[in-house]
Amino acid sequence: MANLKELSKNIPERLCGGHRLCAGCGASIVVRQVLMGTKAPVITASATGCLEVATTIYPYTAWEVPFIHNAFENVAATISGVETAYRALKKKGKIKKDIKFVAFGGDGGTYDIGLQSLSGALERGHNFVYVCYDNEAYMNTGIQRSGATPKGASTTTAPSGKESYGKHQRRKDLTSIVAAHRIPYVAQCSISHWNDLVTKSEKAFAADGPAFLNVISMCHRGWRFPQEQTVEIAKLAVETCFWPLYEITDGRLKITYKPKNKLPVSEWLKRQGRFKHLKKEEYLSVAKEIQKDLDEDWENLLKRESLG
Amino acid sequence: MVKGKIIPFTGDQIAAYAMKQVEPDVVAAYPITPQTEIVMNFSQYVADGKVSTELIAVESEHSAMSACVGAAAAGARTMTATSANGLALMWEIVYIAASTRLPIVMPVVNRALSAPINIHCDHSDTMGARDSGWLQIYCENAQEVYDNIIMAVRIAEHPEIQLPVMVCQDGFITSHAVEGIEVFDDKLVKNFIGEYKPRFSLLDVEKPVTVGPLDLQDFYFEHKRQQSEAIAKAKKYIPEVMREFNTSFGRKYDFIEGYKLDDADLVICALSSTAGTARGVVDNLREEGLKAGLLKPRLFRPFPREAIVRGLSKAKAVAVLDRSESFSGEGGPLFSEIKSALYEEKNRPLIIDRIYGLGGRDIFESDIEEIYRELSRIAESGKIKEKIGFVGVRD
Repeated sequence: MANLKELSKNIPERLCGGHRLCAGCGASIVVRQVLMGTKAPVITASATGCLEVATTIYPYTAWEVPFIHNAFENVAATISGVETAYRALKKKGKIKKDIKFVAFGGDGGTYDIGLQSLSGALERGHNFVYVCYDNEAYMNTGIQRSGATPKGASTTTAPSGKESYGKHQRRKDLTSIVAAHRIPYVAQCSISHWNDLVTKSEKAFAADGPAFLNVISMCHRGWRFPQEQTVEIAKLAVETCFWPLYEITDGRLKITYKPKNKLPVSEWLKRQGRFKHLKKEEYLSVAKEIQKDLDEDWENLLKRESLG
Repeated sequence: MVKGKIIPFTGDQIAAYAMKQVEPDVVAAYPITPQTEIVMNFSQYVADGKVSTELIAVESEHSAMSACVGAAAAGARTMTATSANGLALMWEIVYIAASTRLPIVMPVVNRALSAPINIHCDHSDTMGARDSGWLQIYCENAQEVYDNIIMAVRIAEHPEIQLPVMVCQDGFITSHAVEGIEVFDDKLVKNFIGEYKPRFSLLDVEKPVTVGPLDLQDFYFEHKRQQSEAIAKAKKYIPEVMREFNTSFGRKYDFIEGYKLDDADLVICALSSTAGTARGVVDNLREEGLKAGLLKPRLFRPFPREAIVRGLSKAKAVAVLDRSESFSGEGGPLFSEIKSALYEEKNRPLIIDRIYGLGGRDIFESDIEEIYRELSRIAESGKIKEKIGFVGVRD
């Protein structure tokens, strides 16, 4: 279990302030919490996206640790090159230290355009942690739908309108797709549950092989809520079971947080402008479908946990 | 100068053998015809413990080049190999490798780009990448493949250059034909290439660097200018590497290779294996008394303008053979660049372009002979009937 006091004292700051992410952005909180999961020297990589553009505007960088950005769809392949170089040079005695490797990608760079690169790197078994900061749309280019955008959300490429309630399809279950690669450690996390997140991050960094953290990451610009409510909204995602917290260790699934009183998804939907059209008479059934889907998902998750 | 031993290898086999001797820290590669034998042979070297290289058998060429960028940025000596559509799939990262100034060496086995899909030789793949910022060396035969890969490592890693290099050979024609190749002891090769000492490394956790930052209106242009200057420097320092190689291993490499060029009136310019075919034709025509000659550019990037202009300074009529079409409506890429290089010359030869061999269509000595005869008619009459034409194609 992580302890706040220890975390603030013993872990060096890897991503410094002064970067240009929006106030209230979830991404930098994700990065800082994840990097609290290891004391070892760490090398970071990022896919093209908000995190990368806002932290590395030349000639400045917010990264106090080595960092590489290559392109949008290839952060997993890129970090696999870095990690392999490390093994090659360590074998030759040119590198002495034990180093950890972590790649960050948004949902666009992970669920969609970067899925092949991620899948390849997982299958090859590189020793790295992949972190998806999932803000549920292409936010860097201005809120376009992605494979992670939930049903009913309005985005600029699947907007709500007279004939549409936004995105009609359900989001991909990427965490399960990743788990199907049989890697040692997979988890879903939220910044609102920092202790859970940092503990999972510690496990991810300690894993012998690839580990994957899918972290829901608030984007108040795209989700349309007041910027000071970031962590609150993250908490609601967990309390409504929209974003269940669980981990899969060597194939065994464990739900790490079970809400005592599971809140209805309407509590989550009504706080965000991207879902506001669902209040309209003609789309009320969509909100009901969303609830039904989430209930089924939660039941399935409980079943999967009970299977051990 | 040392003497090597002669071994019978194909172009692909010798590329893998050169890679074995270079023994890079990391190779990330994906199989594609006709490059596959390079990856297969190198994988066997790894499996047999003949190299200490870490091999990443990636899931695509895009990931091959992406992993190479990561490995090279981490300070590893890094290589890959590809062909045609594989190169096209890497495209985005091919540019990033050059712009990030990473000295990756990549044998490319030239093959036609789709569509229609075709596995045989032409130069459309690497010619398409001519503006990517990579250096490009074209090999006439398997011996040159071997020699050029070894030189490419030194050129790429030269502190004043720091650019990736493609070493191109003709698909099947060179890659799958067995030749006797002079190879040198591992030690001699290793001595020649030396140890790689990168200026920056991601793995240096004491001195953290940010690689690949966002570079906007205020700095991007300066970085592009530096890249342009690096190409100019490559032109300056490549001859140093070639001279050292020539002295050590008894070769005569330069930016171009002329064959009976000094007094030639009629000159054909051709890259790679076709130059070998043309050589025999030159000999036959010389016996007839026709002053035929050959100019083979060994590098296309940087473009050896000075050497080509010098080589063509006495020519009356020149034919450029292009094994790719650039679809500009003005001929192939080699033609455009050679013609442009001659613009400032007072005594410019008459010049034509002949596009040939697309998709692996054979070019015969008789085809080349006919081009020389046409050059002879052009030189006599001072008139060009057909500036840009196709050779060996049905109407």
